[in-house]
Amino acid sequence: MRTFRYERASTTSGAVALLAEAPHGAFLGGGTNLVDLMKLDVARPDLLVDVRRLTSDRVEELSNGGVRIGAGVSNSQLAADPLIRRRYPMLSQALLSGASGQLRNLATAAGNLLQRTRCPYFQDVTTPCNKREPGTGCSAIEGHHRDLAILGTSPECVATHPSDLAVALVALDAVVRTEGPDGERVIPMTELHRLPGAEPQRDTVLRHGELITAIDLPPLAFAACSYFRKIRDRASYAFALVTVAAAIDVVDGVVRDVRIAFGGVAHKPWRAIKAEELLRGGPAGEDQFRRAAEAELADARPLAGNAFKVPLARNTMVRTLLDLLEGPR
Amino acid sequence: MSTITPRAMGQALDRLDGADKVRGLARYAFEHPVDHPAYLFPVQSTVAVGRITGIDRSQASAQPGVLAVLTYHNAPRLSTEDGELRVLQSDEVAFRGQIVAAVIAETSEIARHAASLVRVDYEGRTHNVDLRAEVPGHREHLRVPNEVLPLFPMDTAEGDVDAAMASAAVRVDEVYSTPWYTHNALEPHTTIACWTEEGFTLHLSTQGVTGIQAGVAQAFRLDPSQVRVISPHVGGAFGSKVYPRADVVLAAMAARSVPGRPVKFALTRQQTFSLTGYRPPTIQRVRLGAGSDGRLTAIDHRSIEQTSKLKEFAEHSTRATPSMYAAPNRGTQQWVAELDVPTPTIMRAPGEASGMFALESAMDELAIACGLDPIELRIRNEPDTHPHFHLPFSSRNLVTCLREGARRFGWERRDPTPRARREGGWLIGTGVAAATYPVLRLPGSKATIRADANGRYAVLIAAVDIGTGTRTALTQVAADALQADVEQIDLRLGDTAYPPAAEEGASAGITSWGAAICAAADQLRQRLATEHGGTVPADGLEITADTPENEYLKQYAMHSFGAQFAEVRVHEETGEIRVPRQLGVFACGRIVNPKTARSQLLGGMAWGLSMSLHEQSVLDLRFGHVVNHDLAQYHISSNADIGAVEVHWIEEDDPYVNPMGTKGVGEIGIVGVAAAIANAVYHATGIRIRDLPITLDKLLPG
Repeated sequence: MRTFRYERASTTSGAVALLAEAPHGAFLGGGTNLVDLMKLDVARPDLLVDVRRLTSDRVEELSNGGVRIGAGVSNSQLAADPLIRRRYPMLSQALLSGASGQLRNLATAAGNLLQRTRCPYFQDVTTPCNKREPGTGCSAIEGHHRDLAILGTSPECVATHPSDLAVALVALDAVVRTEGPDGERVIPMTELHRLPGAEPQRDTVLRHGELITAIDLPPLAFAACSYFRKIRDRASYAFALVTVAAAIDVVDGVVRDVRIAFGGVAHKPWRAIKAEELLRGGPAGEDQFRRAAEAELADARPLAGNAFKVPLARNTMVRTLLDLLEGPR
Repeated sequence: MSTITPRAMGQALDRLDGADKVRGLARYAFEHPVDHPAYLFPVQSTVAVGRITGIDRSQASAQPGVLAVLTYHNAPRLSTEDGELRVLQSDEVAFRGQIVAAVIAETSEIARHAASLVRVDYEGRTHNVDLRAEVPGHREHLRVPNEVLPLFPMDTAEGDVDAAMASAAVRVDEVYSTPWYTHNALEPHTTIACWTEEGFTLHLSTQGVTGIQAGVAQAFRLDPSQVRVISPHVGGAFGSKVYPRADVVLAAMAARSVPGRPVKFALTRQQTFSLTGYRPPTIQRVRLGAGSDGRLTAIDHRSIEQTSKLKEFAEHSTRATPSMYAAPNRGTQQWVAELDVPTPTIMRAPGEASGMFALESAMDELAIACGLDPIELRIRNEPDTHPHFHLPFSSRNLVTCLREGARRFGWERRDPTPRARREGGWLIGTGVAAATYPVLRLPGSKATIRADANGRYAVLIAAVDIGTGTRTALTQVAADALQADVEQIDLRLGDTAYPPAAEEGASAGITSWGAAICAAADQLRQRLATEHGGTVPADGLEITADTPENEYLKQYAMHSFGAQFAEVRVHEETGEIRVPRQLGVFACGRIVNPKTARSQLLGGMAWGLSMSLHEQSVLDLRFGHVVNHDLAQYHISSNADIGAVEVHWIEEDDPYVNPMGTKGVGEIGIVGVAAAIANAVYHATGIRIRDLPITLDKLLPG
């Protein structure tokens, strides 16, 4: 591990200012991913600005009926929050399906969204990786890519985004509030993460020194019955092969509204826009769900070792929506 | 050889060191307090095979706090033919991840960072790490390995398998494969090495202090008395800490470079994947021929696996097959391919764990082909005597285990039709498989017993407790051997200051060390009776005895047996697999301590599940290394994956195995589990998985 400076600011603007002057610095939240990457020499910040206790650690109801999650809220606290559990159960389920209890106690809501991919080659500095060292090549495309992306990949990168929470937030049309050197802004979750394209080193649209201060959830009444289904290689904690976050509003057998997002399939949480459009206004049933899933996955370009994710994602989406039709478990 | 009367043996004593372990007072190697330690971190090769053309250590050496950078240019010359131990002896690289340099520094952080600054240039050569490429038509790379245990020849043959197969009414001829498994002990390989005028003192995590002492003494041209090895507690080993490996030699080398300063060295999790051995992947072909009544006429089992070019290690995966079933025509063959990979090593039930997956899956396939219940098939093929040795078994209770297991598991209610049971989207199936492990006795142990006039006995032996409960069980053995109470026994182990001992392995610990303790106790009693009128003299009495050879070895075949049952659920739409229920019944001779024995068997069964469904070291053929080299990516079954596990054993009174009547419980718990689960998966889904692990993509409907 390289030596680095550690700073703690008293205000968010102070933290932003500290990092603005350190092009190789980074914010430190729970550190559950960043510190691992520093040990592995994958991340090499020369300055850590600790924001763990700087941003809000509260979950608050907004006047519009939505909910604001402070960036410093721990994953454990967020998963257990009564408001979240009642109004957005998929969010709580997503958190509880990830990591261990110890990690969830330490990890922050904002930090969760900014995890780096768990692609094995990204985490191993002895192998080429365009995300870690642009221009060196992608080791995964012709190597071990069982866990990697099937949608939105590029010849440069087939990494997946590891966060489960982000998948639920994307489905719920959440937004993140940020503060950066250029001021404050609001970024929809669907636009926070990027596809790899020719710049796989960039996971998100955040600029250097831009700090997430809160996550806002809009009101969504039918999300009170929502599911997060995670398929992984074992029952205990593991990164996802495929996840589905879904909520559906059905009246008299007709889909009034629906939200679906996939995880484990792309460089970003994958909002299933095509599937949603196909379903909205139509009848709710297994055949329709299946056709919608197939339409969404028609663009999938799997590799030899992860082709199974296409039927797995389809079947998981269909099952999740069918379970939602049957009502709360 | 006389047997001893069980009084302490059979009692479910708590671990004698349990309270210390729970309170954090039991010290593991790296925790041993030392003054002013230095730290070591290795540099590993980034090519799989080739030659080092240049090493630039200037940047690393210039770091404040760096004490030395070792390379093959300046490392001490070693005297060993063991290729895995010849660390930093030449410019040749034989596998990716081999140690090519190392940094000694004031802190572990400085050492690690400086290691990343050592620049090594290579002239790489084309490597071959692909066992599968060795299989069809490439036999020129394959050879028969040397025997692992002299008792069990690598190849066996009787009758004419090909002719019997040709005329068999029912045939099974399938290929099964198992992956590269990595041990992943919770405590990685750790050493604190110190070099003084008296020699080396090594605190390390090992399964055998005597073996480490011999290996290090030879490598550094020392008398074994100049190497003291101390290992009171070990946080898991599973075979990976039996033989000395490069890490121990490197730590000793580093200690030589900074005389008088203890050097601390703990491998990272990633490093253990290339430096501490693994269970080699296997490709196995099993042929079974039978009459329509299921009676076997032919059994043939061939296995190909890998070793390194540095050192041969062969896991004898066909070893169990000749001990299992009666058939007039039988054959086993074992081959190894030498690849550009690290050397594999012992892993729990080496041979049986992988080999019995193939044989017991094939037996299930045969039962289905014959339309027979798989338990009935095994009972019909029960041999009267050992099929290969043609000796009676000292005791053999496979059929009892199968019947007892069937009764407890509720086997009789089973509808054999695949996909017959469904519950809420889950297909449910059950499976059974047999288990076996030989009763082994390792040579080279001595035990000393010191009796004092107050009725206390010090029992000294350089055995090791790797977390299995040896300290407790051996104390119980000593108490019964001395006809004393457990409280009178002061057992000391884990230190070469005590008489030498064989390693903790091969389920032979209690047999090997216990037999030496019994021999010493016998002699002590005789000396007391003949020379001291039956009472301990005021200044005490000390006796040392060796592990005797087993006089019955030529008269009886000695094996443990067991039956493994599993219930699995496979999700119809996602292929997810769960194992809500496992049940094992074992016949392992006398159980010394029911509490620790149960933990051993249960741990083996849990690992068997992990081996079946989760574990797999994924090799990147281009780079030649294991890519999923951490516990986030190398999945091991955790609590949520393990359902209800029932462990039972049947009473066995075997006077031939050793004075205690024990057969060993360390290995057999894992044997057969993978086949039981694969057989249950077939029963649930109608899909036969012959290559482990059984992952959901293999069961996912299209």
